[in-house]
Amino acid sequence: MQPIVEIRKLAFAYAPAHPVLRDIDLSIERGAVVGIMGQSGCGKTTLLRVIMGALRPSAGEARVLGHDTRTLDTQGLYAMRRKMGMLFQFGALFTDMSVYENVAFPLREHVKPPDELLNDLVIMKLNAVGLRGAAHLTPTELSGGMARRVALARSIALDPQLILYDEPFTGLDPISFGVIVRLIRNLNDSLGATSIIVTHDVQEALGVVDYVYFMAAGRVIAQGKPDEIRSSSEPFVRQFVNGAAEGPVPFHYPAPAYEADLELAA
Amino acid sequence: MRIVDLRARLERLGSGVTTHVWRLGFASRFLAYLVLHSGTALRRFRLTIAEIYFAGVLSLIIILVSGLFVGMVLALQGYETLQRFGASESLGVLVALSLVRELGPVVAGLLFASRAGSAITAEIGLMKATEQLSAMEMMAVDPIARVVAPRFWGGVLSMPLLAALFSAMGIFGGYLVGVQLIGVDAGAFWSQMQAAVDLRNDIMNGVIKSVVFGIAVTWIAVFEGYDAPPTAEGVSRATTRTVVTSSLAILFLDFILTALMFTGGTHQ
Amino acid sequence: MNRSAIDLWVGVFVVAGVAALLFLALKVGNLASFSSSQMYRIDAKFANIGGLKARAPVKSAGVVVGRVADIRFDNETYEAIVSINLDYNYQFPRDTTAKILTSGILGEQYVGLEAGGDGVMLKNGDRLRLTQSAVVLENLISQFLFNKAAEGKPEAKEPAK
Repeated sequence: MQPIVEIRKLAFAYAPAHPVLRDIDLSIERGAVVGIMGQSGCGKTTLLRVIMGALRPSAGEARVLGHDTRTLDTQGLYAMRRKMGMLFQFGALFTDMSVYENVAFPLREHVKPPDELLNDLVIMKLNAVGLRGAAHLTPTELSGGMARRVALARSIALDPQLILYDEPFTGLDPISFGVIVRLIRNLNDSLGATSIIVTHDVQEALGVVDYVYFMAAGRVIAQGKPDEIRSSSEPFVRQFVNGAAEGPVPFHYPAPAYEADLELAA
Repeated sequence: MRIVDLRARLERLGSGVTTHVWRLGFASRFLAYLVLHSGTALRRFRLTIAEIYFAGVLSLIIILVSGLFVGMVLALQGYETLQRFGASESLGVLVALSLVRELGPVVAGLLFASRAGSAITAEIGLMKATEQLSAMEMMAVDPIARVVAPRFWGGVLSMPLLAALFSAMGIFGGYLVGVQLIGVDAGAFWSQMQAAVDLRNDIMNGVIKSVVFGIAVTWIAVFEGYDAPPTAEGVSRATTRTVVTSSLAILFLDFILTALMFTGGTHQ
Repeated sequence: MNRSAIDLWVGVFVVAGVAALLFLALKVGNLASFSSSQMYRIDAKFANIGGLKARAPVKSAGVVVGRVADIRFDNETYEAIVSINLDYNYQFPRDTTAKILTSGILGEQYVGLEAGGDGVMLKNGDRLRLTQSAVVLENLISQFLFNKAAEGKPEAKEPAK
């Protein structure tokens, strides 16, 4: 069976002198929940945007849901995105609409169902995330965790085959955290979809994903099942998983010698 | 001034100019794309109507009140000067022509830029900063067609109406002060006005001016919002730029249009 | 705010705006006159048109009966040709006189028509034969000074006798 996402020798750079992604190879099977992890600035969000089709590869190939993202025109791009859902870091709910309107938005734009059917669909999606009772609220009245759940309901409104999560755990309290983690797994399985999570919340993510790609400086430096990652001997992975202060990533930002800065030179 | 400093200054000036020229080109392409993709804004007119509300209806109070006061001041100042030449009965002409030809479109345009223009920029800029525009893109909905175009057409449609309301209120204000307060003859006020104000030359040209200003201001407002850096500082700077650039554009275009329209009388 | 309230206010706004435009057009401007009446065109030659401009009014007995359409120069007779559009409702005899007059002392100039007695009326494209040019201030002044100088000369001669 064809992988949902297949990336071969992908490279990307905004400007030729500053490559962001180098020589990436990725393969994601249907039904899997995959994590892409790494330090801030390692290129994982850029990789997500390439998968999304927002950025075109500078070299190499990215096949998503059967489409080659290099050859997509606007129509093709929108056709591909209708089969995808994306959860943005802070939800990105439309602030001038209610929760109900937000979840109804993709349905209204693409499916245009009659009102009763629309109502049923929206209620079902909100129920899946446990916020059926908040349908009449506006985004400003929601807490961070609730907003993210509404955004999740919106991203699954069209029953997507591929769901992308950009740092879904940022700034959540432990309860909302647990809720989101469970939702990611449950929705993926009940929709028969595939999920890609970009995050740097190592411990919690390792508990929910089936496979991990570990990135640093634009490359994939390690990959494997969660247990393999936890017991990896790769120094960067070890520092990341253990949260150690010293390792391949130094504590101090490059600077001249301490004595020189304090002007202690005798 | 040292040669090195001079060179650095010239370089900065040159790059500043190129940046502005580049930006203008980008803004023009943006406008062309916006107009070409206005299908949604016109087919789902509800969206545009909502924007006419936010740009036009919510500007009504400031437009009507300002129009009234401008008209009243025109009458006061105008009477002062006219009565020295024994021409106080031409007060209606003075008030009407000043408003219809110039003050209506220009002042209404400036007020529109600061109230509605800045609001549009802030709204679009914040939507960009909170990734709402990206989210829409991800849901395969073109944000320019869905969010920007209705706001553009809402502004363009509102502006001429606001300018007309400004002029009408101003004339009424001039009537209140001139006839009721000062005592200029009401009959002379209106009849001289009707004789001097021409539908095609004055009123039509005033309407054309307000349409041009509406396009300019709304274009600047939506572009600055769309192009704003997605930070708090970026959005606030973009909002300020909208007001400043719109105001300068209005005054500049006013000069061009006035030269084209109203000095035709010198050629017979 | 729900949808119907927005629609209501936008409707009110548009109606108010259009009403303002109508107010300006009808009560403030001169829409009522000469927007839809039929016109016919007459030419008139003048030695000097003074400050007459296009779109200046054409009046007879003080009532506006038409407008100046355009002003051209005849390079052979070195005269000005003024074309005027007259309202179809007002017919003038062929021997009507056209004068260039000034409204007030320093006002703008207009064409005044004085009807003659001919039985045949002017048709579209006809030319007025009798015209009187504008009074040019400088000519008046030089005329006045010339007359004054002429008065002074015979007096000057007498004492010399």
